[in-house]
Amino acid sequence: MVDNIDQLYADIQRGNENTIAKAISMVEDGTKDAVKLMKKVYRNIEPAYLVGISGPPGSGKSTITQSIVQLWRKENIKVAIIAIDPTSHFSGGALLGDRIRMDKISTDQGVFIRSMATRGSLGGLNSSIYDTVLIFSLAGFEYIIIETVGVGQNEIDIVKLADTTIFVTVPEAGDEIQAYKAGLMEVGDIFVVNKADRPKSKQMVLTIEQLVSFREDKNIWMPPVLATNALKEEGITDIKKRINDHHIYLQENDLLQKNRREVIRAQMINLMEKKLNEKYISPILKDQKFFKHIELICKKKEDPYSVVNELLLL
Amino acid sequence: MDNIIKVLIAKPGLDGHDRGAKVIARGLKEAGMEVVYTGLRQTPEQIVRSAIQEDVDVIGLSILSGAHSYLFPEIMNRLKKADRSDVVVIAGGIIPEDDHKKLKELGIKAIFQPGTPISKIVDFIENEVQK
Repeated sequence: MVDNIDQLYADIQRGNENTIAKAISMVEDGTKDAVKLMKKVYRNIEPAYLVGISGPPGSGKSTITQSIVQLWRKENIKVAIIAIDPTSHFSGGALLGDRIRMDKISTDQGVFIRSMATRGSLGGLNSSIYDTVLIFSLAGFEYIIIETVGVGQNEIDIVKLADTTIFVTVPEAGDEIQAYKAGLMEVGDIFVVNKADRPKSKQMVLTIEQLVSFREDKNIWMPPVLATNALKEEGITDIKKRINDHHIYLQENDLLQKNRREVIRAQMINLMEKKLNEKYISPILKDQKFFKHIELICKKKEDPYSVVNELLLL
Repeated sequence: MDNIIKVLIAKPGLDGHDRGAKVIARGLKEAGMEVVYTGLRQTPEQIVRSAIQEDVDVIGLSILSGAHSYLFPEIMNRLKKADRSDVVVIAGGIIPEDDHKKLKELGIKAIFQPGTPISKIVDFIENEVQK
């Protein structure tokens, strides 16, 4: 328990690493103190510039993140990284391995790396991710990077929090039909074809360029498609420049505030879903009656539609 | 309210073998813990800073090089300096029994030899963290 929320708030603002780390854990665990802290944070803090980076496993997200951060650090910009990996549906545990590829920045005093598991057991985005963004903003970090494996809806929800979203892929990622499928390809502001020393990288760049040129409105931001070789740190300055360009584009078109209203809207929905789950759904799931209904439905004595209405008193 | 145990698995020093560390990381994940693995050749400074930023409950040090008597005191000192002596530190790998007493005096809570069933480590961690 924390005796004094104002003290906690001030210690985070002063950049005390222990306190920042503890505050994030409180938010992840959903403690009462975390709620008190976040009430104050939401009323006082503008979020720092938020960059989302996503893509398939092994495409080079962490390596690229490390290189971009190194460039920002040369300008003395403080950066926080939230590295998200999936929670196991079977055990509830998670293996968080993004730090392995951020070795060069792990002791930099202007960099804070936090690994988080997706948690969020009952659908919806884990609301503590955006709360963590705000805690880092309070602590004075100027850029925050959220890194996540791009595989599903949950990840799209995460990158939609970001002001600029970078989608990283590799030359072998597939043909154009795979790229045209709905998903992360639709939310990227900057596309990166990493491992561009491999064959077919030019083809992949062209495929994505064709895909993004199909976007209806010609006045809006045209996502650049960049070829990089992250291991050799080639093409990274270009990514950094494009993040900056996109930031300016958002500001000049009043889109930054619009985007952030969308984020708050999403966060509200997350919190409402979480409350409803806690208050109404979770107790039902623990009730013996619930298991009996499942049995009866399997035996064709009942049907899920009637049972759901009965359980939720609708 | 969730209370998921968070563990840092770290390989201090210059040995390049992490099969054991990876098996432990996977085993703890399957036991429902959140496991941060930081990779090979970590300095005590890197390990302690990671532990602070990640706010872990437990650090598991895996070492096969024989340099434990040099590296572990440094890690324990840095944790103390950072006011994080509350973190439960355990160790595994090739650590001769003659050294166990000295390491435990440093505050290392347990040393698991090769062949230890993962369930034993899981039980130990769950027990220690609940204290």
